[in-house]
Amino acid sequence: MPPARLLAQSVSVFRGERLVLDRIGLAVPAGGALLLLGPNGSGKSTLLRAAAGLKRLDGGRFLFDGTDDFLGQVAYLGHQDGIKPGLSATENLSFAARISGRPIGPALLALGLAPLADLPARMLSAGQKRRLALARLSVSGAPLWLLDEPTLGVDAATVAAFGGILAAHRESGGLVLAATHLPLPLPDAVELRLG
Amino acid sequence: MRVFSALLARELRLAARHGGDTFGALLFFFVAGALFPLAIGPSPAVLANLAPGIVWVCALLSALLPLDRLFGADFEDGSLDQLLLSGLPASLVALAKALSHWLVTGLPLLLAAVPLSIMLRLPSAALPALLAGLLMGTAVLSLLGTACAAIVLGARRGGVLLPVLILPLTTPVLIFGAAAVAGEPRANLLLLGAYLAACLPLCPVAAGAALRGALD
Repeated sequence: MPPARLLAQSVSVFRGERLVLDRIGLAVPAGGALLLLGPNGSGKSTLLRAAAGLKRLDGGRFLFDGTDDFLGQVAYLGHQDGIKPGLSATENLSFAARISGRPIGPALLALGLAPLADLPARMLSAGQKRRLALARLSVSGAPLWLLDEPTLGVDAATVAAFGGILAAHRESGGLVLAATHLPLPLPDAVELRLG
Repeated sequence: MRVFSALLARELRLAARHGGDTFGALLFFFVAGALFPLAIGPSPAVLANLAPGIVWVCALLSALLPLDRLFGADFEDGSLDQLLLSGLPASLVALAKALSHWLVTGLPLLLAAVPLSIMLRLPSAALPALLAGLLMGTAVLSLLGTACAAIVLGARRGGVLLPVLILPLTTPVLIFGAAAVAGEPRANLLLLGAYLAACLPLCPVAAGAALRGALD
């Protein structure tokens, strides 16, 4: 068993009065993938937001490479795409690209968005916007990917292309945590059942 | 620093793309200021007396206009998550937002204040004090506005709550800014500068904490 890069130690989170995550522990090694499964409301999204540092923990801690301060190492894809309708596809990714220093072109190409690169994002369909949000993951260069229903609303060809991106990310030592109800192209992912 | 400048570039690009919002505040400033001579009469002596107050109140109100979209749009479409995960502390995200608000609202107001005050017959000798006050005052408005916009984020009817929250906080700006033109400039400008010096570190920290709370 390779050493874990991401560790959760008895993570507990309340939502209002309800204890959504009750002393969750997990360990993901470099190149590893963890699939969060469970019914609606079982805390999958909460766990991802907590790991990203967007949700305050009521107990326990997350450690990434041995430290609990790993802001800037995380790429998060939530239910919302975080795409600005007024900007073009390229401009939407340029913020992530300027931070990571990675090129935008290959990411757009991989997800079939290259012909739409200069189109304002408001002209894109919902599935195309989701693809743009997926492209932002590979532009971000972050080692830890937190994905909340990443393939919701995209076609089978995109899921296959995204599989290639996920594989390349894991090949380079990156980690993937994904919550999903749909089959994801994550071979030999460990499953964690919540709720 | 690279992340900060990338964020600022993003904000300015968005502001340029949504030019209507940006230009709207400026237009409001002019139109509101131009209403006063119609309402109180064209007498130069009366107008000159009232000019500093009119310019300041109009600047204050027009700086409020773009505030509810400052974080609102990013909050609704999920971009705010991305901004807070960019590796920049939340307080610096807020500072970049405040800076972009000042660049696209405060700075144009400062420039527009010159023709408006000439139109209101403000003596040209009083113009430097007015502009020096506005330079600091608009910066304070951007900082306070950012903090208050972050605080009301996620609240229902936040747009109504926002002016109620921010206007009392801006009274020192209004008092010192208008008094710098009408009375003793130096002391009032120094007090305005002191208020700016207090807001500069405090508002981004408050806004950062509020942003984290809104997403929690």
